[in-house]
Amino acid sequence: MEGENKVILHGTWSSPYAKRVELALKLKGIPFLYVEEDLKNKSLLLLNYNPVHKKVPVLVHNGKPLAESLCIIEYIDETCNNSPQLLPKDPYERAQVRFWTIFIQQKLYETMLTVMKSAGEAQEKAIKELLEKLQVLEEGMKGFFPDGSPVISNQNMGILEIMICSLLGPYKLQEEVLGVKIIDPEKTPLLVSWLTAINELPLVKESAPPRDKTVALLKFVTENALKSSSA
Amino acid sequence: MAVVKLLGAWTSPYVYRVIWALKLKGIPYEYIEEDLSNKSPLLLQYNPIHKKIPVLVHDGKPICESTIILQYIDEIWPQNSLLPTDPYDRAVARFWIKFADDKSPSISKLYRTGGEEQEKAVKECLEMLETIEEHGLIGGKKFFGGDKINMVDMAFSSVAHWLEVIQEVAGVKVFEAQKFPRLNTWIQNFKQVPIIKENLPDRDKMLALLKHRRKMLLASK
Repeated sequence: MEGENKVILHGTWSSPYAKRVELALKLKGIPFLYVEEDLKNKSLLLLNYNPVHKKVPVLVHNGKPLAESLCIIEYIDETCNNSPQLLPKDPYERAQVRFWTIFIQQKLYETMLTVMKSAGEAQEKAIKELLEKLQVLEEGMKGFFPDGSPVISNQNMGILEIMICSLLGPYKLQEEVLGVKIIDPEKTPLLVSWLTAINELPLVKESAPPRDKTVALLKFVTENALKSSSA
Repeated sequence: MAVVKLLGAWTSPYVYRVIWALKLKGIPYEYIEEDLSNKSPLLLQYNPIHKKIPVLVHDGKPICESTIILQYIDEIWPQNSLLPTDPYDRAVARFWIKFADDKSPSISKLYRTGGEEQEKAVKECLEMLETIEEHGLIGGKKFFGGDKINMVDMAFSSVAHWLEVIQEVAGVKVFEAQKFPRLNTWIQNFKQVPIIKENLPDRDKMLALLKHRRKMLLASK
């Protein structure tokens, strides 16, 4: 029947939150329509669908809107039985995965933003903090990959892979533009091999925004940081 | 030896969420009060990364973060469920729980800060209350969970009970019944639910403790 299972994703190319939902949909093989929003001129639809935050991403499933990337991802996992399973079925394992998902969101995302938006001493401090938190993540991930070499495929990629990929997937590019090291391969080898394995997937490669657009955005952010720090 | 243990602190709304969930489902548990100024080796062992309460320990396995704990409890013991069965309604419930988790810290900031910082916290609290009033409580339901409370109601508990005490401690007025009629009705109904009514921190004791804390915090600045 036409109109059944109609999925629309409202996002922006630069939003890591929208990227998460895009990856979840593609991994599950769910066909969807993508609507690029202009955040300086938000569509009436977006404002209607997410009146509380007026942000992307918003998923619209058969006309019913959902906001908040993590809520959307759990919804996708619960309503679509296709593999991969984005969260484990076992309640204790689910709790562990949710714990690390929140850790990446609350501890790494915020610090990463500070790294990108600051300069000089403030940036050095933020980088130090980021490296410490990545160390914590490294230790935590040893529990998920006990033999130290993650093998990631379209069949086993889950919410944690989606989270780390949307944040640090382009870390080499980020390091290049920022001119600083944000991941230390000697201190966090598991993290590096995990990210490498994820980045190798064709689905992830083709979902990444064009290199020049990402570089331009990062340069814009860092230039603003330098301007405001030298004012 | 108890199968379920809860490490908590008697003034924390996050701890009460877990207490209400366990009691609603009839799960016996051992409660361990933590002194947050002198954290026990047990807490540091069970939550080494954040060193925070609540921590639920089930058969020796620790679970941290109240929202994660509540979902775990709901999945292990499905009776008297805390989330809607319909996946869409469940996703909307999770949206509001996240909103509550993200915005509630502004409430405790009211008594922990003064001057400009406090003014900012007042503004944040007002915005949160306005959002709940305008977008969260539409539809004429008694509770977020319908006729019965669910995880979303529990997530907003700091608005129902803690805000009023904190306002008195902080000397600010954020919530006014006539400004937030839907929220006011929800608060009155929530506090009448037997599980909630019988399991709330003593108001006078909390008032005294928070007044003391505020004095110490502002003196150290």
